[in-house]
Amino acid sequence: MITSKRLAAGVCALLAALAAGIAVPTTALADETTAQDPPKVDLVLDVSGSMRARDIDGDSRMAAAKQAFNEVLDATPEDVQLGIRTLGADYPGDDRKTGCKDTAQLYPVGPLDRTEAKTAVATLTPTGWTPIGPALLKAADDLEGGNGSKRIVLISDGEDTCAPLDPCEVAREIAARGIGLTIDTLGLVPNAKLRVQLSCIAEATGGTYTSVEHADELTDRVNQLVDRAAEPVVVPKGVEGAGACAGAPALQSGLYTDREEFGQQRWYRVDVLPGQELRASVSVAADRRVDPSYGLLLRAVTVHGREIVRGEAAGNGRTDVISTGLRYPKAELDDDVEDDVKPAAETVCLQVTNSFSPAAGVKTTPGLPLEMTIDVVDGPGGSSDVASFGLGRGWWLLGVLVLAGFLAGVLWGWLSRWRVAVWRTN
Amino acid sequence: MRTIRMRRTTRGVRATRVVRAAAGAVTAGVFLLLGGTVSPAVADSSPSASPSDDGSGDGSQEGDAPTEAGTSFRTATEIEQGQKATASASTGDYLYWSFPADAGGRPTVKATVKLPDSARSSATWQIDVYDGLRRRQACQYGAQTRLAGADAGAVNLSCTLRTVRAWSEQWANDPLPGTYYVRLTATDLGTADLGVPVNAEIRVDSKDVGGSAAVDGSLAEPLVPGIAMTTEEPSGDEGAEGSDESPTAVLSSLEPDDGWASGWWSDRWVWTAVGGILAALAGVGGYALTRGSGRPSQVPPGA
Repeated sequence: MITSKRLAAGVCALLAALAAGIAVPTTALADETTAQDPPKVDLVLDVSGSMRARDIDGDSRMAAAKQAFNEVLDATPEDVQLGIRTLGADYPGDDRKTGCKDTAQLYPVGPLDRTEAKTAVATLTPTGWTPIGPALLKAADDLEGGNGSKRIVLISDGEDTCAPLDPCEVAREIAARGIGLTIDTLGLVPNAKLRVQLSCIAEATGGTYTSVEHADELTDRVNQLVDRAAEPVVVPKGVEGAGACAGAPALQSGLYTDREEFGQQRWYRVDVLPGQELRASVSVAADRRVDPSYGLLLRAVTVHGREIVRGEAAGNGRTDVISTGLRYPKAELDDDVEDDVKPAAETVCLQVTNSFSPAAGVKTTPGLPLEMTIDVVDGPGGSSDVASFGLGRGWWLLGVLVLAGFLAGVLWGWLSRWRVAVWRTN
Repeated sequence: MRTIRMRRTTRGVRATRVVRAAAGAVTAGVFLLLGGTVSPAVADSSPSASPSDDGSGDGSQEGDAPTEAGTSFRTATEIEQGQKATASASTGDYLYWSFPADAGGRPTVKATVKLPDSARSSATWQIDVYDGLRRRQACQYGAQTRLAGADAGAVNLSCTLRTVRAWSEQWANDPLPGTYYVRLTATDLGTADLGVPVNAEIRVDSKDVGGSAAVDGSLAEPLVPGIAMTTEEPSGDEGAEGSDESPTAVLSSLEPDDGWASGWWSDRWVWTAVGGILAALAGVGGYALTRGSGRPSQVPPGA
């Protein structure tokens, strides 16, 4: 027992040493996500004339929205900067042009003064048009600046009345600005057209769409979305991949985002030292309607064009994202290399291609959002060709060992008997 | 006593695990000698979990299971194995959770979706499991995809992964220790069913497969996304997991209750050691059989 304890302690010490070796800081990594600004949320409320309709729990839609806003304002976490924007609140007339510009900031995005915000909400009366597209553009401007997470919560009861500016494309363009903005939508009416439009807006930015039929559902959902914004999230860094390995941007460990058009390939480069392991995973999101079969290929290629390893994924059906990854452990150099010679890093080219195809009538620019995680860890995983330190298990193993031991014992017995006999005759 | 002594000589969760494993090995070996068969359950449960384990600070207890789900890989909600997490969402949402799985375990993901009465048509629900490299992992068995009829109240989904190995070839897609992502969604939906509120429940449990799945080799670091950035800060075992007090966002801060296994322990040590002991006993027996008792019978007492 004592011996085994000592053995265990020895193994522990060895392991601790190993762990310490692994935990030695790697190269200085560009990680600029450490200091994060507070999250920002802009609530965009439809105050168009149709909000007068009394079909939510027997009350008007506007009343339900006001009640929900009051409760949400009470429950907003301290560190969230919340703003409120209205659409269709001021212009009651018939002029489409003016009506479609009717969006105003009711409460600016910033530290929240609950009473002031509530007073502002109380003044709202259902009035005008439903200019969703322009309101989203303005809301995105409201949230400009800072590196915290940003979220727009759009509450509407009717589809956009300001064609040809398609709010869905507006949303996609806002997302393509690379400011990490998500738009969540809530529809107050179970109406097919509204549903299609709002879910399209949500899909374009990785947000969610909810159809609301009761006042408490509205409150719960908006609260949930505001809370979601408050959760700290790693914000990816923008990068632009090249068309070939030669001009590709060099990446270090971190989270990156890019855009990749249909049929386009993107190249990135990562330097891997001997004894390090490269881990890369990539996701391409389908932020618009795409054909139901699709795929993604991530290849690690040497600068000379030899493929090292690849990750592939394919799928069909409705999806938000398709993703794959790969691992490339680079072996340690042989021992005979002198210690003072710094080993040269190998440049690994990463190629990302997708086989999404756009559904009929879908715009192909800007490209699909691409998210990439790069991890270069010290020490590649090692193994030898024996199974688990050459240890075995199972009854066959026991049987063989017992038999071998028995035979050895028998042999030894005979030998010693023979030796005694020899000794006796002499 | 045992634990205290060991904690002085070593550090960290990993070490605690080693101590436990070693103690488990000894106990299990004795048990085997007494005629039982070794089973992973024995190796796991025999050393009572010492109270000092709490010091390693796994942030979430049974009581505060997550009630939210993430909406992307990046925002996936972290759950512990054995925890029942819930989430309210809308049909059409993509719900993401992540959980840690360690070598030698075979995780099973079980999800239940409670559908609203107002669902108008049938929908197919699906869970997909991805590993730390966001590679899709195959389900050995379990209803990964299920069609919910228009009048169904709930859908039960389940997915049993392959056994998580400590190491695999870089070209292989074997499950490796690290973070796993679960995505729950409806794969086909009419527009009429978009946005309807649903409730989802998820739970991940692991079966310990034991030494039969042991391989020789281990990863330098578990497949945890962003681990190259988190190992930068001094790896204090206590502070690293307190993600709720540190505002710094990390991609994944998950770790199994007792730390990542280093990949060296398996019940094969017990099998081989016991085999050696039995072989020695058999050797003594064989010797006694042929050598006879004491002196050869023909030798006269006076010789």
